[in-house]
Amino acid sequence: MTAGEVKKREEMEPEELLRIAHLSVAFEQYQGGMEKRDLQVIRDLSVNIRRGEITAVVGASGSGKSLLAHAVLGILPYNASQGGSIYYRGQELNRERAARLRGREIVLVPQSIGFLDPLMKIGPQIRKGKKDKASRERVDQILKSYSLKPEVGELYPFELSGGMNRRVLVSTALMEAPGLVIADEPTPGLEMKLARRVMEHFRELAEQGAGVLLITHDLELAIETADWIVVFYAGTTLEEARAQDFREEELLRHPYSRALWRAMPQNGFTAIPGTQPYAAHMPQGCPFGPRCDQCTEECLQPVPWREIRGGRVRCVHAKE
Amino acid sequence: MKGYGIWVGKNIIRMLLLLLGVSIAAFVLVSVSPMDPLQANVGQVALGSMSHEQIARLEEYWGVGRSPFERYFSWAGDFVRGDMGVSLLYRQEVAHVIGVKLVNSLWLMVTAWVLSGLGGFALGIVAGWNRGRWPDKLIKGYSLLIASTPAFWLALVLLMVFAVWLGWLPVGLSVPIGVEASGVTLLDRVRHAILPALTLSITGVSNIALHTREKMIEVMESDYMLFARARGESVWSMLKNHVLRNISLPALTLQFASISEIFGGSVLVEQIFSYPGLGQAAVTAGLGSDVPLLLGITVISAAIVFGGNLTANLLYGIIDPRIRKGATKQ
Repeated sequence: MTAGEVKKREEMEPEELLRIAHLSVAFEQYQGGMEKRDLQVIRDLSVNIRRGEITAVVGASGSGKSLLAHAVLGILPYNASQGGSIYYRGQELNRERAARLRGREIVLVPQSIGFLDPLMKIGPQIRKGKKDKASRERVDQILKSYSLKPEVGELYPFELSGGMNRRVLVSTALMEAPGLVIADEPTPGLEMKLARRVMEHFRELAEQGAGVLLITHDLELAIETADWIVVFYAGTTLEEARAQDFREEELLRHPYSRALWRAMPQNGFTAIPGTQPYAAHMPQGCPFGPRCDQCTEECLQPVPWREIRGGRVRCVHAKE
Repeated sequence: MKGYGIWVGKNIIRMLLLLLGVSIAAFVLVSVSPMDPLQANVGQVALGSMSHEQIARLEEYWGVGRSPFERYFSWAGDFVRGDMGVSLLYRQEVAHVIGVKLVNSLWLMVTAWVLSGLGGFALGIVAGWNRGRWPDKLIKGYSLLIASTPAFWLALVLLMVFAVWLGWLPVGLSVPIGVEASGVTLLDRVRHAILPALTLSITGVSNIALHTREKMIEVMESDYMLFARARGESVWSMLKNHVLRNISLPALTLQFASISEIFGGSVLVEQIFSYPGLGQAAVTAGLGSDVPLLLGITVISAAIVFGGNLTANLLYGIIDPRIRKGATKQ
């Protein structure tokens, strides 16, 4: 292969950056004061994140999405236990490696200004309290690239205007060139136009070579702005599909994904009955089984995660 | 800055109004108490041997028949001009008595205030950081134990151990007995202040430690601490940049508010160690019907406690940008 061909291949097949396989997260809980039990919040989560692409993990509130971010960053609380495997750039990402990489290689963009220290000015906060000249210059440069004036660095979080908030939050990720950007609900309650603008920032980061893990409940936004969509339900990934698969119902592999599709305003706006099961009362086999109209005997057994039509799905009824 | 000035002015006016309220309340309480100024000042025996004219003249002098309003305004008027009257028991100007006693007490109170403040702050941070683990359990247990221990009992225990059994420190008073005032050394004073100051510090620590621990847990569970961890900040960076910043504000308020507790505690502790401070003078004045001294001490100690709270408020405004800039914006 020539150098040109290698480059072309890289463009065609973006390099895999993060591979999460069968991740599970459980919390130790005390029931009635004495009895200890494990509450399985994430049961079986598999996601691949590729360099230069945005992968959206879409799930309803309470599906355990934020814990995914915490698990990758290695900052789960002390009473949580973690199973499965996480590989970053081909090497296992254990707690020690995560501690070394977070904030440098792997960065989190928080969902609101509430994640900034209310008593610390923006500038020092972006540069994590560092005082050297290079850090100061880097902050000014970052602010400038988001068309924020250097004076913004002298403001406290409560003094920022709504429009500045988002840009400041994204800019916290850029002190070092990050390889993986995790955005946890970066557009809460924002109207579509503003949300799209926020997503442009993440697209830019992806174009600069980073992989972006977008955690959101907003399927519509994810379809518009992400490359891959992972459907997450009751602690389990049900489907991993290209964003364009969501343009047509028939291209989707899982009944839940199709239900989500039909629930979108332009596709009929119809909701299915029932609610997502609570982590302590999980049904046997497929977690979506009790709400699924295709549910059969087989669905009560553990359902494998398999590849179909360039995506992946956890449903025995999915066809090539 | 104009907004901040107005805010400071408002706080000062509020403090003056509160002082006015305290002085009125104290005056009313003394007025309705069965204390008779003639009996208290002249004595039962002397009063019995006096003629009616003499008694009438004395009643006129002490203002017995006059309305409480008149009496209050005459006392308050003099007080504002700096004349707090003459102490019945000490036969000296009240201002002078308070001055001497206050200086004695300040030794104890400032030491206890600083020690309990710093100690409580440090313990609270350690406990909150290690929430649920053994350092937390140890500090919490200690604080709860001490908080439920009466200060006078602790004073007695320390007295027994260090003064009676071990004999390392004096049993009471603020200077050695039988030594001329000029012969008293600084070391003597320090040795006499150690036990009362220690008692006040130990009891003061628990309250501040428990409050700081609560605040610390709040900070540890905050979103900005989670984000700081997610950004890979070191323990030292998190402590310096986020914990100390966010915890010192409530700690500061607590520290200045604790002046009142140290004041209250000093009354008992000074009594036990026969330490001639303001607390002991207050007890003596109360038991001996020394109304001018009692009122003087009430108002002065209220002023000190309010002064503490006012200082906390003002510092809060200076340190917390949300208040400082918020006040300026309006």
